[in-house]
Amino acid sequence: MSSTSQGAPRSPMAAPRSFLWARRIFLTLLTGFVLLPVYVMVSSSLKPLQDVSGTFRWLPSGLTIRPYIDIWSTVPLADYFVNSVIVAGAATVCSVVIAVFAAYAVSRYRFRGKRVFTVTVLSTQMFPGILFLLPLFLIYVNIGNATGIALFGSRGGLILTYLTFSLPFSIWMLIGYFDSVPRDLDEAAMVDGCGPLGALFRVVVPAAIPGIVAVAVYAFMTAWGEVLFASVMTNDTTRTLAVGLQGYATQTEVYWNQVMAASLVVSVPVVAGFLLLQRYLVAGLTAGAVK
Amino acid sequence: MTTTTATAKTDGRTESAGSTPGAARGPRRPGRIRRIGLPYLLLLPALVLELLVHLVPMVMGILMSFKALTRFSIRDWGAAPWSGFDNYKISVDFNAPAGEALLHSFWVTCGFTVLSVGLCWLLGTATAIFLQDTFRGRGLLRALFLVPYALPVYAAVITWAFMFQHDNGLVNHVLHDQLGLTDKPSFWLIGDNSFIALLTVSVWKGWPFAFLVVMAGLQNIPKELYEAAALDGAGMWQQIRRITLPSLAPVNQVLVLVLFLWTFNDFNTPYVLFGKAAPEAADLISIHVYQTTFATWNFGTGSAMSVLLLLFLLVVTGGYLLLTSRRRKTADV
Repeated sequence: MSSTSQGAPRSPMAAPRSFLWARRIFLTLLTGFVLLPVYVMVSSSLKPLQDVSGTFRWLPSGLTIRPYIDIWSTVPLADYFVNSVIVAGAATVCSVVIAVFAAYAVSRYRFRGKRVFTVTVLSTQMFPGILFLLPLFLIYVNIGNATGIALFGSRGGLILTYLTFSLPFSIWMLIGYFDSVPRDLDEAAMVDGCGPLGALFRVVVPAAIPGIVAVAVYAFMTAWGEVLFASVMTNDTTRTLAVGLQGYATQTEVYWNQVMAASLVVSVPVVAGFLLLQRYLVAGLTAGAVK
Repeated sequence: MTTTTATAKTDGRTESAGSTPGAARGPRRPGRIRRIGLPYLLLLPALVLELLVHLVPMVMGILMSFKALTRFSIRDWGAAPWSGFDNYKISVDFNAPAGEALLHSFWVTCGFTVLSVGLCWLLGTATAIFLQDTFRGRGLLRALFLVPYALPVYAAVITWAFMFQHDNGLVNHVLHDQLGLTDKPSFWLIGDNSFIALLTVSVWKGWPFAFLVVMAGLQNIPKELYEAAALDGAGMWQQIRRITLPSLAPVNQVLVLVLFLWTFNDFNTPYVLFGKAAPEAADLISIHVYQTTFATWNFGTGSAMSVLLLLFLLVVTGGYLLLTSRRRKTADV
């Protein structure tokens, strides 16, 4: 898969006019559809309040950066931000490390129960979150009562939950990626005196960096955007952005310009990161999931 | 996942790990126990976490569905009295309000899922094919199209909620004020229109994933196939129909299933778009069960509904995999 250049031209033939026109029209309409909310988000975040309270205006009556200043005081956005960074960051790191170990075991060893393991882990993707939300909440409360480790309402509980959300997909993708790293490489490393773990970290992991980056991006986005568990499992001090952003909408008046500004602010880190690393994600998908 | 992958993987494995003389090029590690134990040790963290967060709660949820639970007995749910199939009877008694509402929610979810998955797949595939050749601006478009997928769900959905507002939203401004298509501004987030609103947001948010996966799948189609087809005189459209689409079958098998499961279970989109109470026309099953569980404290009934939902998903997934795998096998021959 690495031999074919990215996006190789389909055919040596020139595309017919019908194809070119269809492409032009289709892509133009689609771009409009995709960009419309983005435009609304950006333009509304720079409008004074009366512009977003009255009839919609395509162009602002005047530009203002007030919303970007006010968002931090209307709700404790900075606290939510910190919570989200900690939760999503920790969940990503843990998820990637655990997935690397598991994928290495599945990719390189034969052992009893391998198929059961992969099928079980993958099938957890299918469970509707709503099915285990209440039991998980009770488990966390009970663990807290029994051991004193606060999982419910804490960042730790949320980290634990989120990392298992991205784990199945991460393991699956990394298995495919590790399989594509030639076995001769880690065997050579083991001949040179590395243990199996040495071979994993010195040979397999460096060779699979694109796949690992892709998995990390996926894990971070999953944790950053999750709403259901965040809405039940956090309290005032551990609230993440997913829930906190709704704070602007529960006021007697909705400050839509602030809502849009806050949405933009929380989106920029993930969107920028994603767009920078999307190449890896495509490469990772090509090697792993979609073979 | 697919038959081809499975065989390819086993081949690679037997080659290096088999007990034939070929294994001699692999180093012999001392200590049989260490060699046998290591893979399990590596899997342990993943296994423990999946057990703790997914499997144990699932079993608990199934047990709870057979109990009579109130908001007072929930803390000590194990001691609550068993109630047999009562919760299930309430859920599937389609003549009573609870069952009727569940059935309605189920049909809404089915319709929503079919439309959303279909549109996402269509848009994703068409875009991936149109962006296959290099042309000016291709990289930019590719990045642009991934923005909806990269945006956090709540940020994107809140923006749509703003656009669908009755008095100050963009949609009514365009449809009513500018184009004059409607007599008076419509309500999009309550009433029947909410289904359209939900579908629009869901497709906007979901199609880039299909695009991403199909794009990755396209890169694995050998160029020689196209060259051979071109030599045989097949035009662009014919190449797409005869080579591109059939070659994507294995990718589509997984993609459609994943899209189906995500869409059917979607909670985030309706929850952020409508708030805790979804309008009847857009009452997706996840929201419905959430409402039953947390707003009305019918914990047992809520659990029974989730179990029914899981059973339904299991049957559909199993049937789907069986059907598509068989069809692909016969197609391969």
